[in-house]
Amino acid sequence: MAEFTVKDHRQEEDLFLRRGLIAGVLVIVALVAVVLRLVQLQLVRHDHFTPLSQDNAVKLEPIPPTRGRIFDVNGVLLAENIPAFSLELIPEKVGDVAGTIERLKGVLPITEDDVRRFKRLRKQSRPFDTVPLRVNLTEEEVARFAVVGHFFPGADIRASFMRSYPLGQDTAHVVGYVGRINEAELKEISSSEYRGTNFIGKTGVEKSYEDLLHGRVGVQEVEVNARGRVLRVLESHPPTSGYDLHLYFDVGLQQEAIEALGEYTGAVVAIEPSSGGILALASRPSFDPNPFVEGIGTEAYQQLRNSKDRPLFNRAIRGQYPPGSTIKPFIALAGLETGSIGYTATRYCPGHYQLPGQSHQFRDWRKGGHGSVDMNRAIIESCDVYFYDLARNLGIDQLAKSLGGFSFGRKTGADIYGELGGVLPSREWKRASRGQDWFPGETLIVGIGQGTFLATPLQLAAATATLANRGRYLQPRVVKSMEVPGSNEPPKPPPAEVTQIPITKSKNWEDVIRSMTSVIESERGTAHRIRSPSYRIAGKTGTAQVFSVGQNESYNEKRIAKHLRDHALFIAFAPAEDPKIAVAVLVENGGHGGSVAAPIARRVMDRYLQGRQLVAAGR
Amino acid sequence: MPIPASMLRWGLPPESREGGFFARIHLDLPLLTGLLLLCGFGLIVLYSASDQSSSQVERQVLRLLLALVVMVALAWVPPDQMRRWAPWLYTGGVLMLVAVLAIGDIGKGAQRWLDLGVLRFQPSELLKLAVPMVLATYLSRRSLPPTYWRILAAATMTLVPVVLVAKQPDLGTALLIASAGVFVLFLAGIRWRLIFALAGLGAAVAPVLWYFMRPYQRQRVLTFLNPETDPLGTGYHIIQSQIAIGSGGMYGKGWFNGTQSHLEFLPERHTDFILAVLGEEFGLIGIAVLLCMYLFIILRGLYIASRAPDSFGRLLAGGLTLVFFVYVVVNSGMVTGLLPVVGVPLPLVSYGGTSLVTIMASFGVLMSIHTHRKLMPT
Repeated sequence: MAEFTVKDHRQEEDLFLRRGLIAGVLVIVALVAVVLRLVQLQLVRHDHFTPLSQDNAVKLEPIPPTRGRIFDVNGVLLAENIPAFSLELIPEKVGDVAGTIERLKGVLPITEDDVRRFKRLRKQSRPFDTVPLRVNLTEEEVARFAVVGHFFPGADIRASFMRSYPLGQDTAHVVGYVGRINEAELKEISSSEYRGTNFIGKTGVEKSYEDLLHGRVGVQEVEVNARGRVLRVLESHPPTSGYDLHLYFDVGLQQEAIEALGEYTGAVVAIEPSSGGILALASRPSFDPNPFVEGIGTEAYQQLRNSKDRPLFNRAIRGQYPPGSTIKPFIALAGLETGSIGYTATRYCPGHYQLPGQSHQFRDWRKGGHGSVDMNRAIIESCDVYFYDLARNLGIDQLAKSLGGFSFGRKTGADIYGELGGVLPSREWKRASRGQDWFPGETLIVGIGQGTFLATPLQLAAATATLANRGRYLQPRVVKSMEVPGSNEPPKPPPAEVTQIPITKSKNWEDVIRSMTSVIESERGTAHRIRSPSYRIAGKTGTAQVFSVGQNESYNEKRIAKHLRDHALFIAFAPAEDPKIAVAVLVENGGHGGSVAAPIARRVMDRYLQGRQLVAAGR
Repeated sequence: MPIPASMLRWGLPPESREGGFFARIHLDLPLLTGLLLLCGFGLIVLYSASDQSSSQVERQVLRLLLALVVMVALAWVPPDQMRRWAPWLYTGGVLMLVAVLAIGDIGKGAQRWLDLGVLRFQPSELLKLAVPMVLATYLSRRSLPPTYWRILAAATMTLVPVVLVAKQPDLGTALLIASAGVFVLFLAGIRWRLIFALAGLGAAVAPVLWYFMRPYQRQRVLTFLNPETDPLGTGYHIIQSQIAIGSGGMYGKGWFNGTQSHLEFLPERHTDFILAVLGEEFGLIGIAVLLCMYLFIILRGLYIASRAPDSFGRLLAGGLTLVFFVYVVVNSGMVTGLLPVVGVPLPLVSYGGTSLVTIMASFGVLMSIHTHRKLMPT
């Protein structure tokens, strides 16, 4: 036994010695390879590298490109670059960073927020990178620092361009803003393209067109002295500026929409049906994007975050609301096109609807019912019972298919970063999201646009524009064209996706649109009050339930807390016969679509259709 | 690879020879001398690379002293004790890696640090020691060469921390930990057939790795293949360090006279790219001297491994030595443009504390193995 162990031990040692020997040989071979490489670099190619190192008094420096500007349809500047001065430190050269900051506080008004931001940025950068401490210095502050600057080695004033949004709040939800590049973004971008660039689009057009706005970095060869100071520029490959963007967006219309919303929270989206161009996209309340560029202070940010009106929340593209009765024209159209019902066929509305064999009563908004209604009256008066019945006949699968063509339930693909897709309920959706089967009662609720059905104001506007276009769906676009200063060949913005909804009979579309004009023109129409003498409007009111009313209760606006009140909705396009503008209005807790949302849409359409005439008439 | 058994022991002294004062205080004089010479040489280069910043050199000296204390302390720990620690050290290290991924501070785009209050600690460094220890413990428990199942188990023990570290993402350290596992297995005597098969498999799988790389890692590979494509970005390192070395020539430009280094053309010149400073200022001669020191230390380490009384000591000492070798080859390979850029410092010369302590600790382990010898039954 003992002998066996000893023999085993010996054998293992032999095995190890063999392997150790091979490893030793490997070590020597590898080190010889390194030496051979060094011989190649240092002896054979020495004459090649020597001049290179001498010329290396020449250093390559990046020249960051100028970010493209953003203009509205009339050439009003929405985003520009303004020169700004900032105080920056190079931690490696400063040495005692904390002490230097303390001493600098005696010279410049450095706040706690500045110091916090500095610490955050410093963590993300290398010790020899320059890190801003105080930004947006006034000229007086620049002068004050210049006097004592030599006491602060490693601290320097730098001039650079800062992004600025002259119209601030009015355009924040469309244009978005840029901010300092964070670590997550750093991994996504090409580090050489962004050398020298500190800012990147965070939201809105600034983000969705980041690649085009940014431009291409330039390089300059500079001669430096022994301390690295630039003596002169030898050769320079200038950067290519980013593209200037021109939008469909009209600031005047946007301001009209914001004014029309008044004190309400809500959203207005206006689209030009012929192009899919987004003319206005308002979300109230809004915020000033300018402080975000250099990093907003913690306190100010918390204030925005915690405000109960949520000004940072872009209701127009991220707010998902039940479309309510505004969905009815689309469902009516589906009924006609599939032959489920005729335009003149009538249904009796007793004020409620029941599925066979079930006791649950689906109520109509009018307690006593509408009596015998055809499709025209059902749209004008927004009869719920008619649409319960139609939805039931169509079935959820057909409903999901027909409404899907109008981009409900999926993102429109508009070129504003961050939109949400809403929810178009269907069997598949319910199984995937809740793991449950579809109940027949839910189909009825979809028929009046309530329940789990959710759409963004942008989706509603796009769907309305598609209706106005007689089925031609144009992906909404905010960027109309782009240009590079000094270039003759303007590049084309990415083409919008265009699809045509299959049409069975074009009369069906005209019938539905005629009924929508009656919503405004008929005495009994739910939006009769916004009738315009100068052009015809086709529209539909809607109310989205926030608060569900029990079977035996009734909804009483005055008794319900404001934040539980219904959302008011209105969709419209005009002129009905030759649509120039399609609008969707959502007013949170506004109550009735006809009385609150419709007048806002009217003001926007007036401004767009008549304001232009006024301009044309020379007024 | 048939090497006659009779030739294997040529030149090796009889086992009972070691003794004397240094053995009694558990130090190995040749190894210690080599290490101190290397560190001294490193400080000379660092003084120039840091633009004659005495504060940086002082800080490095303090770290060096700390590392030497750790080395001596570990040299006093008997190998049997390490064998008992190994599983705990390994398990603890892996758990800490998981903790780092979950809560770790985000610094330099990589989650590597665990803030322990007084000092920031990189658990991945611990694994550079723990992986060879636990593998040596595990494999030496049964007779060698190991069975396929034991190889599989050992490979898994290596891969878990490697994947965790690579996720941080710290490719350099992941590579070093992986090489520790590979070398311990190699020394344990796994079949050549298996080695070649795995190498072939590795070559086949390499393109698949591409899809798992982060953008900046792909960029590094691309610029390694053609540095000129990105002269401002990653390619800059490679180009500038080759210019520095190449212009150094045979004898170098002299101490403090490296233009590349002192005009700030060479990024990270006192950390990962310090070899380029050496090459520029002391030329081929300077680097050759440095490489000779490394060669001496590595060969001494392999010698210690071969003289170890049991398989545990042999595998551990050999594995640790070869990890040190990987440091040298990967760093000099990347600085000279033979290998892509991965964050591996030049051992004992680059500025920075964490790797210094780990490396010295591993030499402490070597010295312990060499100076704690049981009396073998004859």
